[in-house]
Amino acid sequence: MTFALIFEQLLNGVQLGVMLFLLAAGLTLVLGIMNMVNLAHGSLYMVGAYFAITVGQWSGSYLLGVLAGILGTLLVGMAVEVVALRTLYQRDHLDQVLATFGLILFFNELVAILFGRFALFASLPSYLQGHIELFAGIRYPVYRAVVIAVGLLTAILLWYVVTRTRLGMLVRAGASNRTMVGALGINIRLLYTLVFGVGAALAGLAGLMAGQIYTVQPGMGELILIQVFVVIVIGGIGSIRGALVGALIVGIVDTMGRAFLKPLLGMLLSPVAADTAGPALASMLIYLLMALILALRPAGLFPARG
Amino acid sequence: MGRKVFWAILILALLALPPVTLALGQGFYIDLVRRIMIFAIAAVSLNLILGYGGLVSFGHAAYLGVGGYAVAIFAFYGVNNGFLQWGTAIGASALVALAIGAVSIRTSGVYFIMITLAFTQMLYYLGISIEEYGGDDGIRLKMRSQFPLLDLSDGLQFYYLVLGLMLLSVFVVHRLVNSRFGMVLRATRSNEARSRAIGFSPYMYRLTAFVIAGAMGGLAGALLVNQVNFLTPDYMHWTRSGEIMFMVILGGMGTSAGPVLGSFALLLLEDILSNWRDPRWIGEHWQVILGPLLVLSVLFFKRGLAGLFTRHE
Repeated sequence: MTFALIFEQLLNGVQLGVMLFLLAAGLTLVLGIMNMVNLAHGSLYMVGAYFAITVGQWSGSYLLGVLAGILGTLLVGMAVEVVALRTLYQRDHLDQVLATFGLILFFNELVAILFGRFALFASLPSYLQGHIELFAGIRYPVYRAVVIAVGLLTAILLWYVVTRTRLGMLVRAGASNRTMVGALGINIRLLYTLVFGVGAALAGLAGLMAGQIYTVQPGMGELILIQVFVVIVIGGIGSIRGALVGALIVGIVDTMGRAFLKPLLGMLLSPVAADTAGPALASMLIYLLMALILALRPAGLFPARG
Repeated sequence: MGRKVFWAILILALLALPPVTLALGQGFYIDLVRRIMIFAIAAVSLNLILGYGGLVSFGHAAYLGVGGYAVAIFAFYGVNNGFLQWGTAIGASALVALAIGAVSIRTSGVYFIMITLAFTQMLYYLGISIEEYGGDDGIRLKMRSQFPLLDLSDGLQFYYLVLGLMLLSVFVVHRLVNSRFGMVLRATRSNEARSRAIGFSPYMYRLTAFVIAGAMGGLAGALLVNQVNFLTPDYMHWTRSGEIMFMVILGGMGTSAGPVLGSFALLLLEDILSNWRDPRWIGEHWQVILGPLLVLSVLFFKRGLAGLFTRHE
């Protein structure tokens, strides 16, 4: 029984981890390659969730909604890049933070105008409902298992594209020396727009999958975005591998802390003290972990070369 | 316009505001301007590290929260002595700033931005999860801080106290940045390698400035909780940090007048937009207007409002 519970929470941690990874991958690419801090990355996550729900309900097809979520966020991301963010690449980080903060206000309020402020709930098709039996007596929701699978497959795909294809080679070259890549005849602006769009689509994918697990409402992107920052700080800026490891660490530590810290403290302290300290400590756990890792390795676990 | 003329006009206008607005029957402006001046104190303190120290801290709301909690927790246990409440507010924020600064100043650039943001978020969640002090709902204050000879429940006395403290904080930061300490701080901002080469290690200077700014932010938090008689974890919400940052930038960072001007500009703009009645949707969804305005100001209004009045320093 306890083993089953621990195992289930571990899987929940991995599930949160792959969501964080999908967000962190796009953000860390944009940071590593364009040297751009994009706070509005969480808004793209929100946009993906709303696209998927709207199209899904309108067409009655879940998969069509998923497709719309990914393609819609890709297009919105590329449009935002061309209209607003492109001019910010040359500016310092402060300007980038402030401008994308303005974008967040705009996106959140625009979504509130179009869909209202209340939370939306997305329904699942029948084949994604229910539980599967993993092994003897341990059952896990099908949908969360699918989320984990999609996240891990995306990670493998991303690794393949970045390290084994021509496009990935250009992206890596652009990260180490953008002027040189431009001089060799590559349209670096187009490459940047494309990278940004793919990052946006990954955020949209995370958002549309989050719709069935968390609530969909304006501002949903920012809460998870700050956790994603923790992931990137832990993993090291610009490193996809760091983003994956960091995301899994943060996802598992956060989930396990929320599930088990209170009962664990209850064994050491009085139940009243554990009731107060447990949730408080659990909510601080990933930030304390971040501080610890920074104290040991200021550039993160996997500092990007270059 | 000269610097002295500017400050003389500003101080006279703020001194004259309560009697004038009361005579016109528009007393609620006193409340609004007091609130703006409290945020100006927070912006002035952020300017010390952001404008002069070059530390892009995205977590200044943390100190508003710590200061606010210090006052509210004392009040929760029935202790209303102002010196005790505000002293603890300032001391506790300085300590929190020391802890956050000690870790985050070791890093730089994007890391610093993200880490200060993350630590503030940690305190925000801490506030939410402590049910004893109201959790998500916060604490309502039964009475404002008690001082001898001073009655903060009188809106006018409170107003002039806040005005005095705001001017004091501007003065303190002005003296600090023009002292030897401030010179070194500004040197590390403009060229870290050179300031190292002439024998200054930036870390201690930055950390000291960070702690001073945190302490001043804590004072602003103590004032804010007295202003609204209410404390919630929302004091530490990350959008609050962004707003304070915008006040500094809009006004012009690295100038004495900038943070004050910026607080007035941003909060008055928010007030005008959120009370807009014709058409109604602007009042309800004012952020959809404010957001793009802020983006445009970053792109095209680099030197801020202070740049309009004074020559570049």
